[in-house]
Amino acid sequence: MNPEIKSYFPILNQEINGHPLVYLDSAATSQKPTPVIEALKEYYESDNSNVHRGVHTLEGAREKVQQFINASSTQEIVFLRGTTTAINLVAQSYGRANVEEGDEIVITYMEHHSNIIPWQQLAKERGAVLKYIELEEDGTISLENVRAAITDRTKIVSMVYVSNVLGTMNPVKEVAKIAHEHGAVMMVDGAQAAPHLKIDVQDLDCDFFAFSGHKMVGPTGIGVLYGKKHLLEAMEPVEFGGEMIDFVGLYDSTWKELPWKFEGGTPIIAGAVGLAAAIDFLQEIGLDEIEKHEHHMAAIAMDKMSAIEGLEIYGPKDPAKRAGIVTFNLKEVHPHDVATVLDMSGIAVRAGHHCAQPLMKWLDVTATARASFYLYNDESDIDRLVEGLRSAKEYFSDVF
Amino acid sequence: MSFNNLDQLYRQVIMDHYKTPRNKGALEQDSVNIEMNNPTCGDRIQLTLQVEDGIVKDAKFDGEGCSISMASASMMTQAVKGKDVDTALKLSGIFSDMMLGKEYDDSVDLGDIEALQGVSKFPARIKCATLAWKAMEKGVHDEEKS
Repeated sequence: MNPEIKSYFPILNQEINGHPLVYLDSAATSQKPTPVIEALKEYYESDNSNVHRGVHTLEGAREKVQQFINASSTQEIVFLRGTTTAINLVAQSYGRANVEEGDEIVITYMEHHSNIIPWQQLAKERGAVLKYIELEEDGTISLENVRAAITDRTKIVSMVYVSNVLGTMNPVKEVAKIAHEHGAVMMVDGAQAAPHLKIDVQDLDCDFFAFSGHKMVGPTGIGVLYGKKHLLEAMEPVEFGGEMIDFVGLYDSTWKELPWKFEGGTPIIAGAVGLAAAIDFLQEIGLDEIEKHEHHMAAIAMDKMSAIEGLEIYGPKDPAKRAGIVTFNLKEVHPHDVATVLDMSGIAVRAGHHCAQPLMKWLDVTATARASFYLYNDESDIDRLVEGLRSAKEYFSDVF
Repeated sequence: MSFNNLDQLYRQVIMDHYKTPRNKGALEQDSVNIEMNNPTCGDRIQLTLQVEDGIVKDAKFDGEGCSISMASASMMTQAVKGKDVDTALKLSGIFSDMMLGKEYDDSVDLGDIEALQGVSKFPARIKCATLAWKAMEKGVHDEEKS
C-alpha cells in the first residue's frame, strides 16, 4: 500500500495525549479523506437543492453505487440511513409479508445487534422461530452447520459477511445457495465487507445486501440497501410521506416506482454525494489492493501480538480467513483498562461488547479489546500497538 | 514509557479495592436487590442492600467490569454501610459532582472515594465509576416507593 495514502486523511495528522495518533478503530467508523470532505463542502457551496432539482447528485451517486456492488440496475439501490435501517426495512416489509407462524428465520452467533434485534422483533410478532447457526471453535461457520440449521420452514437467512469482532469472512455465496434450495431469501450484512472487499451482489446471488457509508471513508447518515428488483417491487414501503408518492388522494395513495418508494422524505443528498466520492477514492486504490493489505496487516498483527504472553486473540487463526480486525484480551487486565492505557499513548482501539453480546457470551467473556485496520494503517501502527500493549501489561503488573 | 497521567486514574487505593474488593457477594437477607448494566460496555453490577428503619445496615455487590467500575462499587458499599439513606443519597450526589468535575461539598469525609477524583479527567471512564452509585440510588428509590 502506498504510504502517501495516510496524507489524504487530515484527522490522522494530530497528536493525542502527546503522541502521534494511531487510529485502530476503523471497524467502528473509518476516517475521511480530503476528496470526500471536499465533495461535501462543494455540494453545500455550489450544488445544494432538493431532490428532482439536483438530479445528478443523488442519481449520479446511485449509479456509482450500482457499479460498485455490480447490481443489475439502479432501481435495486435504495439510499437509507445505514445498515441498521436497511435490515430493519427488510424485516418490517419483506418479513411481515412473508414470515408466518412457525416459520424460521436463521442468523448466526456472530451477528451485530443490528442483525439480531430486527429478526427477534419480527419472530415475536409473527410467532416465528429465530434460529442460530452454530460456530466452529475458531469462530468460523461450516456449511455443514448451515445445512443443519436451514429447513423448508426457513423464510429468511441473514448473515454477516465479515464479523465486526472475529474478523471472520463468511461463505455467504454458498450459504445463499443453500437458502435458495429451501426457498428462503438471503440477506447479507455487508457493513464490514463493503469497505474492504470487492462486492459483486450478482455473483453472491444474495437477495438483499446492506452497508453503510461511514465505514468506507464516506460520511455518516448514508447507507445502502440492495435488493433484487422483483423482491423490492413486491415489498411495501415502511416510511410514508413526501418524495415517495405517485398520487395522494384523501383516503388512499399510490407509490412511486423503485427505488424511490422506499425513500420517503428528503434524503441525505450530501451524504450520497460524499459516498460517491468515497467509492471513487477506494476504486482509485483498488479494492483488491485494500483486501490484500488487510490480510497482510492481520497476519503481521496476529504474529506480533501473540508474542505477548497472556494475550489471547479471538477468531480464526488463519489470517487468510479474516479481514483486518483483531480482537483480543490481555490476561488480568480488563479491556477498558487496556484501552485507556493505549489511549494515553495516542493509540485508539475499542473496548467493550462491540454490539455483539450473544457473541461475547459464546466466547465466554464480558468484553474484549479490538484493533481494526484500514488502508491508512501500516506496520509502524502495529509496532506502536504492540509497544502500547506491553506497557499496559507492565503497568498493571506493577500496580498489582 | 512514562504514564504519569495514568497514575492519576489508577491510584494505589483504587487498585487495592479492585484486587481485594470489600463487600463482594450477595446478602442472604436483603430489602434491595438490583442489577444494573452499562449498556455501552457490558459492565454489570448486582447490588444487594439491607435497609432497616431508614438505615443501610448492610451492602454487598457482585459483578463484572473494569478496575474502575469494580473498585468504585467496592468503595460505594463501604461508604454507605451503616449510614442513613439520606446520607447515602447525599454521598451519591457529591460523587456525581466530583465525576463531572464540578465543585463538590468537601465538608463530608469521603474516605477512599476521594481517590476516584482523577476519573473526571478521563471522560470515557466516568460511566464505569458511576455505575454502582446509580444502582444504589435506584435501589433505594425503588424501595422507598414500595
